[in-house]
Amino acid sequence: MAYSDKLLDHFKHPKNVGTLDKSKKTVGTGLVGAPECGDVMRLQIEVDDETKVIKDAKFKTFGCGSAIASSSLATEWLKGKTLDEASSIDNMDIVEELELPPVKIHCSVLAEDAIKSAIEDYRQKNGLEEE
Amino acid sequence: MSKKDKKLIYLDNNATTPMDPRVLETMVPYFTQKFGNAASRNHPFGWVAEEAVDYAREQIAKLIGADPREIIFTSGATESDNLAIKGVAEMYKRKGNHIITLETEHKAVLDTCKALEKTGVEVTYLKVNRQGLVDLAELEAAIRPTTILVSIMYANNEIGVLQPMKEIGVLCAKHGVLFMSDATQAVGKIPVDVKDLGVHLMAFTGHKMYGPKGIGALYVRRRSPRVKVTAQMDGGGHERGMRSGTLNVPGIVGFGRAAEVAMQDMEKDIAHVTRLRDKLETELMKMEEVVFNGHKEHRMPHVTNLSFKHVEGEGLMMTFNENIALSSGSACTSASLEPSYVLKALGLGDDLAHSSLRMSLGRFTTEEDVDYAIEAIRNGVNHMRDLSPIWEMYKEGVDLDSVEWAEH
Repeated sequence: MAYSDKLLDHFKHPKNVGTLDKSKKTVGTGLVGAPECGDVMRLQIEVDDETKVIKDAKFKTFGCGSAIASSSLATEWLKGKTLDEASSIDNMDIVEELELPPVKIHCSVLAEDAIKSAIEDYRQKNGLEEE
Repeated sequence: MSKKDKKLIYLDNNATTPMDPRVLETMVPYFTQKFGNAASRNHPFGWVAEEAVDYAREQIAKLIGADPREIIFTSGATESDNLAIKGVAEMYKRKGNHIITLETEHKAVLDTCKALEKTGVEVTYLKVNRQGLVDLAELEAAIRPTTILVSIMYANNEIGVLQPMKEIGVLCAKHGVLFMSDATQAVGKIPVDVKDLGVHLMAFTGHKMYGPKGIGALYVRRRSPRVKVTAQMDGGGHERGMRSGTLNVPGIVGFGRAAEVAMQDMEKDIAHVTRLRDKLETELMKMEEVVFNGHKEHRMPHVTNLSFKHVEGEGLMMTFNENIALSSGSACTSASLEPSYVLKALGLGDDLAHSSLRMSLGRFTTEEDVDYAIEAIRNGVNHMRDLSPIWEMYKEGVDLDSVEWAEH
């Protein structure tokens, strides 16, 4: 399969690989997918208490090249965004940016799910309602 | 990691093999000066072509211990499988309508059987054990009075496991059932003798044995019993009426030469690939959490199939596929988006099937290729594990089976 240069770059030089301390109140963790399905994505955000701006994002992903690139891109996009801005990231934005082929669209859906799940985890930890 | 200036390393010989230069050399005149139609009986152009075809038929028959008249040329193993199975089902329909095959067969066999099921043929798909072998007692128990054909592959394309052909042959003879085998991955690479194996029909192809693509054969036994198949294509009645269509003379010439070379070089080829395959396998299995798929003894000498736990196959391949060619059982590499049905039939979970790599070596694989591949695959696995959340969880001692995954 021929992938776009952007995708290959994210795959070969993934941004923000790593682990944040999930026990911290300022960290939200999203773990989506299943090994049996061939992809598991763990996306974490660290949120500034005062401004509610995402100041750090990390990921680890078990999956194909598109899944890894989608998560790498997602962490790049998350940094510096407010929670509301982050919630509005749509999987089709990822599809367009990485030029994902149709059979790989599910990777972008997974990344969107991971973002939403990390935000939800942070909100629950901090007793925040969705606005 | 991979660099573009590195040479390309080919470890996917089960997909197809490069053509041996000796084969190409033999074929070339048959595209230009000796272009005749082998069915043109009344002029020298036809005679030259016919002579070349006869000679190739002998070379191929010799490789598998058959009579030249038992070789039917086709376009490849898929056509041979179709012709054998559909042809037998049609020819012997008054005798019965039941076929037995394996869950791990190639799609050319499985989908042919599925197509026949729509026409009222009954098919039993036997399971295999953890190593990929058929259970002979189960096979015998599956034979009914209406069984006309047992179709069991010789060597599996994904894991290289060799089925107990002789024993199956004996069982089929005992019950008066025809025995067909897709021997695509075995012929030309290990000794194959149709009489010794007891097969009545056998499919194989040129491009898996350093010959050209687009040419294959079906062995159809002529004596005790004399086997017939109903043609699946109407036309000029070539190949003793079983397969119409102008013969692919250059392809046949090349196929014949490839068979001859395979016979000459077989001992050397086997020793060569066995040594390199064992090195590759041993070195890769020194890594943590690598699972061997298949049977350690009953297998082809050039194939190894390994699952690298907590790493997804397509992603892993992307770390080195700019210069190393191999295959994965991962869903992301298959047209169907399902992980390998062969590995699943062995009882592997989907996660292990997603994590598998198949490496198949060949006559032209070098020690340098293998050394480079070992290094690149190791680096790739380590890189992907650094990225893998489930590898991290495994390392932290989390029981992955107890995790409630958000399946999608």
